[in-house]
Amino acid sequence: MASLLHDIRHQSVTINAPLPLDSGQVLPSVTIAYQSYGALDADRSNAVLICHALTGDQYVASDHPGTGKPGWWARMVGPGKPIDTDRFHVICANVLGSCMGTSGPATPDAATGAPLGMQFPVITITDMVRAQAMLLDHLGISRLHAVVGGSMGGMQTLAWAATYPDRLASALVIASAARHSAQNIAFHEVGRQAIMADPDWQNGQYYSSARPPTKGLAVARMAAHITYLSEAGLTEKFGRRLQARDIKSFGFDADFQIESYLRYQGLAFTDRFDANAYLYITRAMDYFDLADPHDGRLAGAFAGAKDVRFTLVSFDTDWLYPTSESRRVVQALQSVGAAASFVELSAPFGHDSFLLDVPALDRLVAGSLRAGLA
Amino acid sequence: MVKLRPDLAIIADAVPATARVLDVGCGDGELMAALQGKGVDARGLEIDPDNVTAAIARGQSVVQGDANRDLADYPDDAFDYAILSQTLQTTERPDRVIDELLRIAPRAFVSFPNFAHWRVRLALLWNGRMPVTRLLPVAWYETPNIHHVTVSDFRDLVRMKGIAVERVWHLSGDRPASDAAASWRAEHAIFLIAR
Repeated sequence: MASLLHDIRHQSVTINAPLPLDSGQVLPSVTIAYQSYGALDADRSNAVLICHALTGDQYVASDHPGTGKPGWWARMVGPGKPIDTDRFHVICANVLGSCMGTSGPATPDAATGAPLGMQFPVITITDMVRAQAMLLDHLGISRLHAVVGGSMGGMQTLAWAATYPDRLASALVIASAARHSAQNIAFHEVGRQAIMADPDWQNGQYYSSARPPTKGLAVARMAAHITYLSEAGLTEKFGRRLQARDIKSFGFDADFQIESYLRYQGLAFTDRFDANAYLYITRAMDYFDLADPHDGRLAGAFAGAKDVRFTLVSFDTDWLYPTSESRRVVQALQSVGAAASFVELSAPFGHDSFLLDVPALDRLVAGSLRAGLA
Repeated sequence: MVKLRPDLAIIADAVPATARVLDVGCGDGELMAALQGKGVDARGLEIDPDNVTAAIARGQSVVQGDANRDLADYPDDAFDYAILSQTLQTTERPDRVIDELLRIAPRAFVSFPNFAHWRVRLALLWNGRMPVTRLLPVAWYETPNIHHVTVSDFRDLVRMKGIAVERVWHLSGDRPASDAAASWRAEHAIFLIAR
């Protein structure tokens, strides 16, 4: 399956300039796969960068070339949609370390031509943002009307404001946080250990074998998927209902609908995602703490960002990135005098609410992008 | 544009065009919209998420929060003016909220319904019941107004705290009321107070 994934052709640019990483290592060049929608104004002022989440990709509003499914935020991005491509030039790039055409662990080694695997350096959220800035330099876009992202995309958005505050007018951060909590790290570690415990992982050099670690990756996805949903949502959708049977099997088949659902989600994920990319990106998220370089003072990260307009949104059923983490960001922004908006929306879907049908979110996104327009 | 509530119109008129303002309990951003129309840098704090959503959707900077708690998140002198319209009587500790307003801004507009208005007095005197009036429309058991206050009470409080009253507007219905006998005749008062 992994070979199919890596056979997909993506629109990309290769920038032959070094990318210095937080780890101290340097990528000598970087390939960035991206999609764009809508026309760029003559004065290049209407660009909106959308940052995708952990397992997202650049196909924000177009069909996924592997699965054929609609773009992951097609309900939000398009002509006449809240992120209106009749008005904005929307760019979405596959993040550094991922597996949809941007440099990552599946990228061939320049010398040997074999995939780098674990030779690929460990990257951070800010490294992802630096790569995006290189892409924008390449595209001739010096300043963004907005950076928008949910979950890990929100982390990148915050890192944009901290790293390049003069390059964006507004930041829209949905269901996100300025740091990964112990609980967040714990769930990721379960996923990584599932992958690395799969004998097919082969220390990350599975690309040329016919045995990618699909079982480990599927378990990682199953564990993570639970964290994206609310308990009430799970109960409503599945309850204790049995899957295609009237009585319990007294065995270990997927008796319950929730088991069957998770197994399907785990397996389907392995068709479209690379196990090593999952290791690298979850690591980047775990290392994320914007306050870390500022002696633990989050406000220090936003010292240069007081002219950026921020909008933060959390969801009342999201226990993965709870409202308290968004509030912490808002407090830091208020303390530097940045214009910050924040609201906790009520939605039943847990963390996944940012991807689903929440009409209030549509209004917020449209309104916060309109703000500051002439 | 919809006509502003008279107390909001007075405040909108009195705020200078270049000011930085925090509207505490900003609702759906009606006053902020008027202030921004004249160039004011207006931000809001509002407890109701539907109101916050509506205000952000119209392009304003509003944080969902509670005036009882979340004013503490703003640094000293973050604004030129703080505005608290028709909200003082709903707070848990109005005295502390006033302290917070004058910490984050040197000046504050505070408006509230006057509980000593003659209709209120009459309702109590004749009926012996908590009054339900145009500005106090909700029965005692479900009203959000937990600290009823009169014009004289407010003057006493700010005097006790050493807070200066720079200007006062009294309203009866939608019209200005004279300062004479305001304690009886003002349905509603707006104070501009300063440290």
